[in-house]
Amino acid sequence: MTTPLPDGQGRFGEFGGRYAPETLMPALLKLEDAFQSAWADPTFHEELGELLRTFVGRPTPVYRADRLSTQLGLNLLLKREDLAHTGAHKINNTMGQALLTRRMGKPRIIAETGAGQHGVATATVCSLLGMECAVYMGVKDIERQALNVYRMELLGAKVIPVTSGAATLKDAVSEAMRDWVSTVEDTHYIIGSVVGPHPYPWMVRELQKVIGEELIVQLDGSSLARTPADVIVACVGGGSNSIGVFHPYLDEDVELVGVEAAGHGLETKEHGASLVAGSPGVLHGAETYMLQDDEGQVREAHSISAGLDYPGVGPEHAYFKEAGLARYVSVTDSEALEAFALLSETEGIIPALESAHAIAWVLREAESLAGKTVVVNLSGRGDKDVDQVKALNG
Amino acid sequence: MVDCDGRAALEEIFRKASQENRAVLLPYLTAGLPDPISSLELFVAMAEAGADGFEVGIPYSDPLMDGPTIHEAGLAALRSGTSLGGGLEIAGAVAKETGKPVIAMSYVNPVLRIGIEKFATRSAELGISAVILADLPVDESAPFQEAFDAAGLGTVLFVAPTTGMERLRAVVQAEPVFLYGIAEVGVTGEREEASQRVGDLAASVRSVTDIPLVLGVGISTPDHAARAAAVADGVIVGSALVRRVLDAPDVASATESLSSAVSDLAKAVRV
Ligand SMILES: Cc1ncc(COP(=O)(O)O)c(C=O)c1O
Repeated sequence: MTTPLPDGQGRFGEFGGRYAPETLMPALLKLEDAFQSAWADPTFHEELGELLRTFVGRPTPVYRADRLSTQLGLNLLLKREDLAHTGAHKINNTMGQALLTRRMGKPRIIAETGAGQHGVATATVCSLLGMECAVYMGVKDIERQALNVYRMELLGAKVIPVTSGAATLKDAVSEAMRDWVSTVEDTHYIIGSVVGPHPYPWMVRELQKVIGEELIVQLDGSSLARTPADVIVACVGGGSNSIGVFHPYLDEDVELVGVEAAGHGLETKEHGASLVAGSPGVLHGAETYMLQDDEGQVREAHSISAGLDYPGVGPEHAYFKEAGLARYVSVTDSEALEAFALLSETEGIIPALESAHAIAWVLREAESLAGKTVVVNLSGRGDKDVDQVKALNG
Repeated sequence: MVDCDGRAALEEIFRKASQENRAVLLPYLTAGLPDPISSLELFVAMAEAGADGFEVGIPYSDPLMDGPTIHEAGLAALRSGTSLGGGLEIAGAVAKETGKPVIAMSYVNPVLRIGIEKFATRSAELGISAVILADLPVDESAPFQEAFDAAGLGTVLFVAPTTGMERLRAVVQAEPVFLYGIAEVGVTGEREEASQRVGDLAASVRSVTDIPLVLGVGISTPDHAARAAAVADGVIVGSALVRRVLDAPDVASATESLSSAVSDLAKAVRV
């Protein structure tokens, strides 16, 4: 059964909603209308579709990981979002929102970034469309994703360092929202995942659904490499690549598995597993699962991967969890690092550390997955992580 | 019947000020600043210097509506041990000690975490008059307001320069104890210039309701306060006072600095 969620209040069941300062509310309501009208407009889809084909390189291929499949005793297919322009799925969202920004007549765009992939994808579309761009990034992430900082600057964006809190993704989102409270009259905020107040979780999902929609067409059963999926696996930070690949499959008899970051281990509290180990609350404008203490102070997350180092998650995932529509699991830093190395050595693909979490779960569960067709949404490529991993390996 | 004293005390200061043809002055300070014990002293000093009531900020880790000053103050208070429970207790002590109405200011998440009803009951027991939740728009306010009403607490709702007439009417219809008029398009923090937006904002509000309008955000000097007081029923000054506490070398100088600032502001809302 396909769920026509969110409802008019931006609710996925009890999750979602719009907990935002009043200053932003009129802009959020306008954004909802603007996206609704654009999304119903064939010319918007034509323009977006053309750019996704010619600029982003969609559809991204599905590749059968032959050697790893043999090694693991299953049929492992990779949906190659790492081959999308700029190296991750993030550009599916930024392209759509940038076109929408132009349609709304706003000249300036802001974004937050963790791994830098969303920042690069935002800087890229701003350069393409000739718009001013500022990207908020925690100083800890600026350090571990230095390559992406320079890419953003090359693309003409201004990278604004954020020093508050743990100086990672959560703090970058908060700082971008504060900027937006001050600049909302001429600025659009391109949030990088299916998080934030309504309409973001819905809008970003709609823009990321292209991943799953392509996959359904690609897996037509015409060959081993095109076998329809039994299991679909994706990493979950804010949850956009996973929602994008899961959502079109809600009607299908396919197991959906979201992999969160267990960091140093769930028992250490140094992790980013909001769904697996968090509790319901309101973070960044939406009711969802999050990491918090007994008095509702937001806890700092930890993950080796900057894109999963976030104490919240998109509200639709919270709904999927409660409704049993998807299963959520977690993988530690060291498991992700092993998967990062293994995929590089065995298949000639260096994955993003985020995506390596999804691979790592398949490695751990190979026995129970034996004989099945398992599709991993390979959300991004790992060039950005090479320096960090090199340093860790001494 | 529920105990309505808290809310009534707040309504009373607006009535009295309006008879005196002036605006009320509501200084904002983060609870637990500079430490849980001295925090109360600072409020007492401000009461003696002419404050009509207080907005007491409950420290929160991720305050989206706050600029660097109040954010820093909140983190400092959290580090020295004041979170939601401790913050409410300080707010209650301020009400009791000064005899002035106290509005507790928080964000939605801590309230949900302990439970809306439990939060409301506890706040009312402590003698708090009303609650402001900075990330609670009227669209999501119903369950909160229901619980606050039941406990005899007032609910404060916001209007911003970006709020159109249709939304303004919806906010008024919810009957907040007062309207918090956001004087700047922006987060809390000191400003050099007086707001250019308050005249229009106040005129819009006045055209649809006589619910008290209190202006806050960016109001930093007696001159700003006087301009705001000329068009509204109340003025909130936050970051400019918090800054004085953060910059003070010790509690005695913080107290002195706040007293003199608040007494100048109290004069300004009376002109
Ligand atoms: C390659 C890659 N994968 C995954 C993520 C996590 O985000 P989401 O869960 O929204 O897909 C990021 C975020 O930065 C990323 O860069």
